[in-house]
Amino acid sequence: MEYRLTTPLTKEALAPLRAGDTVLLSGIVYTARDAAHKRMTEQLDRGEELPFPIQGAAVYYVGPTPERPGCCIGAAGPTTAGRMDSYTPRLLDLGLAAMIGKGARSQAVKDSVVKNGAVYLGALGGAGALMAASVEELEIIAWPDLGCEAVRKLRVKDMPLTVLLDPAGGDLYQSGPAAYLESLEKK
Amino acid sequence: MKVITQEEISSLVARLCIQANTSLPADIREALDKAREEEPWPLARATLGLLQDNLTLAGEKCLPICQDTGMACVFVELGQQVALEGDLEEAIHEGVRRGYDQGYLRKSVVGDPLNRVNTGDNTPAFITTHLVPGDTLTITVAPKGAGSENMSRLAMLKPADGVEGVKAFILDTVLKAGSNPCPPIVLGIGIGGSFDKVAYLAKKALLRPIDQPNPDPYYADLEQELLEKINATGIGPQGFGGRTTCLGLAIEQMPTHVACLPVAVNMSCHVTRRATGSL
Ligand code: SF4
Repeated sequence: MEYRLTTPLTKEALAPLRAGDTVLLSGIVYTARDAAHKRMTEQLDRGEELPFPIQGAAVYYVGPTPERPGCCIGAAGPTTAGRMDSYTPRLLDLGLAAMIGKGARSQAVKDSVVKNGAVYLGALGGAGALMAASVEELEIIAWPDLGCEAVRKLRVKDMPLTVLLDPAGGDLYQSGPAAYLESLEKK
Repeated sequence: MKVITQEEISSLVARLCIQANTSLPADIREALDKAREEEPWPLARATLGLLQDNLTLAGEKCLPICQDTGMACVFVELGQQVALEGDLEEAIHEGVRRGYDQGYLRKSVVGDPLNRVNTGDNTPAFITTHLVPGDTLTITVAPKGAGSENMSRLAMLKPADGVEGVKAFILDTVLKAGSNPCPPIVLGIGIGGSFDKVAYLAKKALLRPIDQPNPDPYYADLEQELLEKINATGIGPQGFGGRTTCLGLAIEQMPTHVACLPVAVNMSCHVTRRATGSL
């Protein structure tokens, strides 16, 4: 199935998604990776506001290359999401609706995705030029000292994504290879 | 004696950094094309097609293929009849500095592994130098991303583990890595030597074009067997399932101690980059 979704995302909009479905995502996506997650967690510990409204938000784990003059973004494929696992359940509990990245997540993240009716979406790993093509605007909104890890607000149009973890507990990294192997046995 | 200046080296390195990050070597591109043709699983075929589109787009828009433009791993073969004017390593660092700036490449190096402040210019380069006969200086820049680098592993096996132990370790490394290193992957494998040499062998293996088998038929067969085994795991492109888990792999071996069987796997991805030039 293919879904067109626009941020902010509601639980109702995410509920029908299943691992393996395609999502074309439009609206606002915030970037954050290792260092930004650490700082966001420290902000929460101190009772401070996060750099962006987390309710219904989509976060993209990416550190783009610098933009050339006349381009709004450089190459912008996903980074390995597992490095953010320890920070993630807390953000999901606060209303984070979608994470965009690549690679397997911990059991704690999978459980939290189900509990909160959220999704984990896959961007194509290593396809930096292709993923950048759906970004229309970029603005650094926090921690420019972090360079490629600074938090950026991206306006995206039809960003092509694949559902990896769904609210019903589906996991494409399990079901995808299993389905392929099963198809071989049938032959 | 041929004289080569610091400036000549810096400009060559700068050019190679940009070239490596914006266009893939022919062997990797051809392996991707062939994998797509032979891939039986529809989702996997479509995914490989998107990776091909990405290469085209990167070329058209002058964008890096992947946003992780990596640590600048630089391999130097220095002819013994070359007279260097200036400092070789400083020349290479300066080349990396320029290449990553002029090519709008990402600066992904922190100056200290624990205090982690970005050096801001992607230096230092990670340099390996060998002296060779002749009067040519050959430099290969092989930018290495972390997603795959972090999935690399090394083991000091027992001689009794033998070739079966080596195969099991390599397959286990691939399964543990799963979708993290952006499959389809490319593997550099080192067998033998010592703790430090085996890691170097694995890295060196990634410099060999993947369509060139090991010159020793025993190891060439082992490469083929491992490739087939890895492509039977079902991980597939991006870990979404399918045949194409690995585009190719290379083994480099060397003598070792009577009581040692070191094995190292340097994990790489479909964006396995290298560019070579000579002075
Ligand atoms: S593993 Fe390779 S393709 Fe994936 S993000 Fe890293 S460098 Fe790019």
